Amino acid sequence: MVASMLSIAPSAIPEPFLRAESTLGKFLLMFFAVAFFAAVFGLVLFLASLFKGRGGEKAQGMLFAAPAVLLLAVGLMYPAILTIIQSFRGRQGNGDFTFENYTAMFTEPELLIVLRNTALWVILVPFLATAIGLLYAILIDRARGEAFAKALIFLPMAISMVGAGIIWKFVYQYKQTERDQIGLLNQIFKMLGLETRQWLLDAPLNTFMLIIVMVWIQAGFAMTILSAAIKAIPDDIIEAAHLDGVYGFKMFRHITLPSIRAALVVVLTTIGIGTLKVFDIVRTMTAGQFDTSVVANEFYSQSFRFDAAGLGAALAVLLFVLVIPIVAYNIVQMRKEA
Amino acid sequence: MSTLQPAPTPESIDPDEAPVPTKKAKKSATGDAASAVTSRWASLIAVIIAVLWTTPTVGLLVTSFRSQRDINRDGWWNAFANPGAFTLDNYRQALEPGTSASLGQYFINTIVITLPAVLLPLFLASLAAYAFAWMPFPGRDALFVAVFALQIVPLQIALIPLLDIYVNKLGFGASYWSVWLSHTIFALPLATFLIHNFMRELPGELMEAARVDGAGHVTIFFKILLPLLTPALAAFGIFQFLWVWNDLLVSLVFLGGTPDVAPITVRVAELSGSRGTAWYLLSAGAFISMIVPVAVFLALQRFFVRGLLAGGLKG
Repeated sequence: MVASMLSIAPSAIPEPFLRAESTLGKFLLMFFAVAFFAAVFGLVLFLASLFKGRGGEKAQGMLFAAPAVLLLAVGLMYPAILTIIQSFRGRQGNGDFTFENYTAMFTEPELLIVLRNTALWVILVPFLATAIGLLYAILIDRARGEAFAKALIFLPMAISMVGAGIIWKFVYQYKQTERDQIGLLNQIFKMLGLETRQWLLDAPLNTFMLIIVMVWIQAGFAMTILSAAIKAIPDDIIEAAHLDGVYGFKMFRHITLPSIRAALVVVLTTIGIGTLKVFDIVRTMTAGQFDTSVVANEFYSQSFRFDAAGLGAALAVLLFVLVIPIVAYNIVQMRKEA
Repeated sequence: MSTLQPAPTPESIDPDEAPVPTKKAKKSATGDAASAVTSRWASLIAVIIAVLWTTPTVGLLVTSFRSQRDINRDGWWNAFANPGAFTLDNYRQALEPGTSASLGQYFINTIVITLPAVLLPLFLASLAAYAFAWMPFPGRDALFVAVFALQIVPLQIALIPLLDIYVNKLGFGASYWSVWLSHTIFALPLATFLIHNFMRELPGELMEAARVDGAGHVTIFFKILLPLLTPALAAFGIFQFLWVWNDLLVSLVFLGGTPDVAPITVRVAELSGSRGTAWYLLSAGAFISMIVPVAVFLALQRFFVRGLLAGGLKG
C-alpha cells in the first residue's frame, strides 16, 4: 500500500509547483521555493517586530522559536508517535493491538539473522574504525605532510555511501579463477595461488565484507577527532613524562590514552549510532539479500517492498530503542569526566 | 588543520621552564615516536594504511576512463601499460541526454534538492537558536531540552507517517517539497543545538548595548548576530550540504525513482541493482555523483572539521 502511495497521489497543487521536466523549470521551482521560504521567514520577523514592551518581548521569543518547534512537532514527534502505535497493530499495521511484530522480530529465523548482522556491525565498525583512526592519528602526528595524509583517510567521508558501495563492489568483483580478474581482491587472491571467491554472496563472509566499507568511511572521522584530542594534550605533561623516561608504547598507555578518553567515548558512540542506522551500503551492494540485511535495511524492505508496514514500524522503533543505551552511556561517561 | 591547535593557555606556559629561547617544535604526545627506528616503522605503517584507503577509489576512477571492452577484459591496474586507451566515452554516455541511462537530469535534481534543503534549516535554526539563547519566554528551557533530545530520534521512525501527510494531506506526491521539508525537519535538532551553543558564547553585553541604543530583536539578529555567526553557519552548512547531497533513504522514500525529481544517488543505487555489471556506466555515474561533494569538502575542509569537533554527526 505504501509503495503505491506515490503514484496515486491526488493533488490540489498545480503541477508546475510540484515537478518540472526541463532544467529551466527545475531551477525556477527552486528559486520560487527559496523566495517562498524567505517570504515566510520575513513575515515571522515582521510580526515579531510589531510586539513592543515587556510582554512583547516574550511574544517575540515565542515567534522566533515557533517555526522550528512547529515543524519538529508536526514532522518528527507526531509521525514518531504514529509509527509506535502502528508497530502494535499487526504485520500490516492496520489491525488490533498485538505484540506480534515484536515477537516475530525475536523468533523468525530471517529476522534473527537481521538482528545478528546488526549486532556484528555495531560491535565491529566502531572499534575497528576507532582503532585504525587512532593508530593513524598517532603515526602521522606532526609528521611532514600531515594535512595531506589526513585528507587521504578523511576523503571517504565526503563520498556518498552509495558511491562507497560501488567503489567496493568493484574491489570485490568476481570472475572464475582461471580468467583475467577485474576485481582487486580476487586478483590478489589469485596471485597468492588461492581460488577466487564470491565475496558478496557467501554468508556470513559477505556481512564482514560490507562492514569493511563502513570502517573505510568512518576511520577518517575517528582520526580527525582523536588527532585534535592528541594535539590538545598539554606540553608540560609530555615533557614531565619524558623526564621520567616514559616513551613509546608506555607513553601511549599511560599518558595519551587517559588524556583522550573523553574523545574516544564520543567517537565510539557516534560511530556506533551511525552504524546502527546504516542503510545505503547494504542497499547498494546486496539490497539485503544473501543474509546481509540489517535493521535499517529491513525496515525499508518490509515497509516498501513486502507490504508489511506494521513490522517495518516495529523495526524503526527497535532502532530508536537501540540508540538510547548508546546515548545514555555517552552521557554517563561525560558526567564522569566533568 | 593547524587551526585545531588550542591557543596556549596561561597554565601551559610555565615561566620557570622557559628561560632558554628554544626553537624546538612542540613535543609530540606519542613521545617523538620514541626514536628514529620506530619512526621508520611508523612511517611504513602509515603509508600502508594510506595506500589501502586510497586504492579502491583510484581503481574505480581509473576504470571510469577505460573503454567498456577494456573494463571487462582485464583489471584496471593494466590500464597504465597503454595510456593512449583512456577515454571520456563513459562520461559522455552517462550524461548524454535522452537515453534511459542518462544521469544529467538526476544531477540537476540533486542540485535543486540540495540548495533549499541547506538554506531553510540554517534560517529556521538560527532564528530558533537566537530565541533559545537570548530571548526569555515562558517554557523556553523545557522546549530547548525537547529540541535537543530529538537529536536521538532516528529519522526512520518518522518516514512513513510523514509520507502519508505529504501525499494525502498536503498533496505533494513525489515532489521536491517533500524532500525539502523532510531534510529541514531532520536537520533542525542538531542545527538548533549547534548554533545555540555558539550564540551562548557571544558576550551578552553586545546585545545589551544594542538594546540600550533602541535596536529591536530583528535588527540585532540581522545586524549583529548573523555576521558573527558566519563560522558556525558555514560549519553546519557544509555538514548539511554533504548530508543532503549524499542522502539515499529520504529521497528513495519520498520520491521513489521518479525521473523528474529523484536525485543522482537514487539513480546510481538503482543502476547498481539493475545493471550491476555495467561498470562503464556505474564507475562514471559514481564519480559524477561524487565530484561536487568532494570538491566542496576539499575546499572547505577547515569549516567541516570545526563542525565535527563542535558536536557530532547526525543520521
